[in-house]
Amino acid sequence: MPAYEFRLNGAAATVDSWDPNQPLLYLLRNALGMHGPKFGCGLAQCGACTVLIDGKATRSCITTVRQAAGKTVTTIEGLGSPDKPDPVQAAFIAEQAAQCGYCTNGMIMAARALLNQTPKPTRDQAKEALKGNLCKCGTHTRILRAVERAAAAAAQGRRA
Amino acid sequence: MISRRDLLKSGCTLVVGFRFQSSALAQDAAQSAAYGKPADPKPVDPKEVDSFLAINADGTVTIYTGKVDLGTGLRIAIRQMAAEELDLPIDRVTLVEGDTALTPDQGSTGGSTGLTRGGVEVRQAAATARQALLKLPPGQRMSGRFFTNVDPKAPLKDPAQYKVVGKPIPRPDLPAKCTGRHTYVQDFQLPRMLHGRVIRPPAIGAKLVSVDESSIRGIPDVRVVRIENFLGVVGKDEWATIRGARELKTAWSAGTELPGSDGLAQYVRQSRTAQIQTIVNRGDAAAALESSAKRFSATYFWPNQSHGSIGPSCAVADVRVDGSATVWSSSQGPHGLRQNLSKVFGLPEEKVRVVYLDGAGCYGGNGNEDVAADAVLLSKTVGQPVRVQWMRHDEHGWDPKGPQQLLDVEAGLDTEGHIQAWRTAMWVPAAVPGSRPLLAADAAGIAQDHGQGAGLLTQNADPPYTAANVQVVVNSIAATPLRPSNLRAPGKIANVFAVETFTDELAHAAGLDPLAFRLRGLSDPRGVEVLKRVAEMFGWQERGSPNPNAGQGSVKIGRGIAYARYKQAENYVALAMEVEVDTATGKISVRRIACAHDCGLVVNPDALKNQIEGCIVQTLSRALHEEVRFDASRVTSVDWSSYPILTFPEIPTIEVALINHPELPLLGAGEASCVTAAAALANAVFDATGAKLRVAPFTPQRVKAALA
Repeated sequence: MPAYEFRLNGAAATVDSWDPNQPLLYLLRNALGMHGPKFGCGLAQCGACTVLIDGKATRSCITTVRQAAGKTVTTIEGLGSPDKPDPVQAAFIAEQAAQCGYCTNGMIMAARALLNQTPKPTRDQAKEALKGNLCKCGTHTRILRAVERAAAAAAQGRRA
Repeated sequence: MISRRDLLKSGCTLVVGFRFQSSALAQDAAQSAAYGKPADPKPVDPKEVDSFLAINADGTVTIYTGKVDLGTGLRIAIRQMAAEELDLPIDRVTLVEGDTALTPDQGSTGGSTGLTRGGVEVRQAAATARQALLKLPPGQRMSGRFFTNVDPKAPLKDPAQYKVVGKPIPRPDLPAKCTGRHTYVQDFQLPRMLHGRVIRPPAIGAKLVSVDESSIRGIPDVRVVRIENFLGVVGKDEWATIRGARELKTAWSAGTELPGSDGLAQYVRQSRTAQIQTIVNRGDAAAALESSAKRFSATYFWPNQSHGSIGPSCAVADVRVDGSATVWSSSQGPHGLRQNLSKVFGLPEEKVRVVYLDGAGCYGGNGNEDVAADAVLLSKTVGQPVRVQWMRHDEHGWDPKGPQQLLDVEAGLDTEGHIQAWRTAMWVPAAVPGSRPLLAADAAGIAQDHGQGAGLLTQNADPPYTAANVQVVVNSIAATPLRPSNLRAPGKIANVFAVETFTDELAHAAGLDPLAFRLRGLSDPRGVEVLKRVAEMFGWQERGSPNPNAGQGSVKIGRGIAYARYKQAENYVALAMEVEVDTATGKISVRRIACAHDCGLVVNPDALKNQIEGCIVQTLSRALHEEVRFDASRVTSVDWSSYPILTFPEIPTIEVALINHPELPLLGAGEASCVTAAAALANAVFDATGAKLRVAPFTPQRVKAALA
């Protein structure tokens, strides 16, 4: 079976796939133990599977393992942990910006990518950056507040 | 930290009742251990204190509840209620939810009963335990179980003394959810577990004619499972299983003829009724309508809607040859699911264990129970644990739907503009006793119940305002095209949409401000309070509609208000919103929303606000966008482009005021604030443009048609 190599959360990763067109999502979840990215639609319509590839928010449900080879992949597990959360994760926790939390992976990864590019986004910029990420519980206003909180914390050198 | 001695103020010391883990997330510990029978059996009879709580050797307490946290915050709120009665700090109380081997059956988690039943029963058990502990002589050790029944008269703490209840304590699951560490049912794995996918027919009711297994010969390690019309693929590799299910060549017969979603209202009106019931009958509505100074009538329609779970339903089942089975599921009702799976698949109930694990928000009966049946049938057939996750088209296409509703409303005003008569006639799916049929069992030709239920669809169909002559007639239609089920605030969103937009029409006809018209007809002080509060928050100025200052260009601005007492017996909710309507395109933009909410005792104000905000946003989504489309054979809105929901650019600002009544009983809050959102939205569009929206969703095309 062909092997594919990439960087995953700061370390080298190698994964075998019988199909070069296997979406990265299934390999992350089933071979590499990263359950943060979620299967939502398989159609790049909802954002639940979002990871960062070379820093860019990317839908792992339609990114093939062949496309990911040689790249740097970051999942939500790689951003931080419950004890040492990334400022975006800390802001989501502080704002209690989740209900079921199934979309939260995508929200946090999209927000992380946004803040990497635009450290102090306006509310409209945040809405635009997150418009491809769907939430059905209706936690949108909290998510927007969390993005703003993370941006403000970064500006002030705080955690969140 | 306080010692047990301190906290119980009795000097007694306790010996462990049961040895269960007491990590911050007890559920995780219980679930990783959960397999077959628990090593340490405990009672689950809801009559016994020991079913609800165990005091551990380390001074912590584990609470057991049959209710489950569907993302609603029950996981923290029930702990707060128990901690309060036991005088324990919250971090000494852990919670295990929805495990049929460990937790009492407290009914399914629906209808906003998580706290009103789940929390209240736990609280009473904790109060009983407290009394038992206080009766021990100083220094005496208490060993083992309480061996006592829950005392319905055990005194509860005076709310004035509350230290934990009423505090915005953060939800314990969020750190793990925000860092990718939370175990959802979609993430749960077992040794030797296979992945499974089920191939549903291309038309509802179609029969499987043939399967060409050679069509997937090139896909490694997959196996086709066929039982009559049930067709599945299992494999070691998830992607191989998905491709196998996608690429398997099959032929099916034609299905059952469906009426299609176009013209559904007409179909419903002409459907055979199983029953006609008059559920409200005050005065003589027919005569009073005849003698009214002014008469009005309108017809409202609400479409089929999907639960729209962001993660498709998933379950893991391990069925053994000895007939024992363990099923991991995010069902709202693990106990009910256990009973039904046992009955349908012929597994002895005492050997079946259902363990709840979080899933994606379901908001009612989505595909969770069907996918559990899929997993059980596949596991039973192949003799290995099987995980089935539905694909997106499965969830949108096959989740049982929030049903369509048709309402005719008539009213008459007297010469002073008071409501003299009101009559509502509605058409809803008939309730049929028994479990909702499971797709897998029907397909496999296994006998089962064909119950039909979608919740209490008929409440809130008459106005909450003074009216001497009121009649509500329910036409229960025998057959409904798509399998119905409970969807958040069942029936009541459509009913309040009809009642509250029609109320605005009456206010308009009476020449009164919509708020003033409502207050004139409302005597319940809690209702008056939420309306006045929301008016103050919103900055409501008294005037008639439409808005005389709606704007010069094509974009018109308006405001709307709506009020309801949920189920006519529970929460009081008033909601006001401001919208922009682009009359050139028909697009509605909601700018800001204010909501005042009284659910009696508030247990966790932040978790409660999260629920209220969520109810409002979700209902805006349902009112603006959501409609299940189907043709003569199948559902055609099977993804997020054909079934769009609200997105971030459409999100208004939302301000919520909680009116706390610690002295009053608590009321569930998972649904109530949904019911006013669609009505206030339609009223705001009328205020902006004069257009009357009576059919949901309020798409640009419908807005333009209403403007024409």
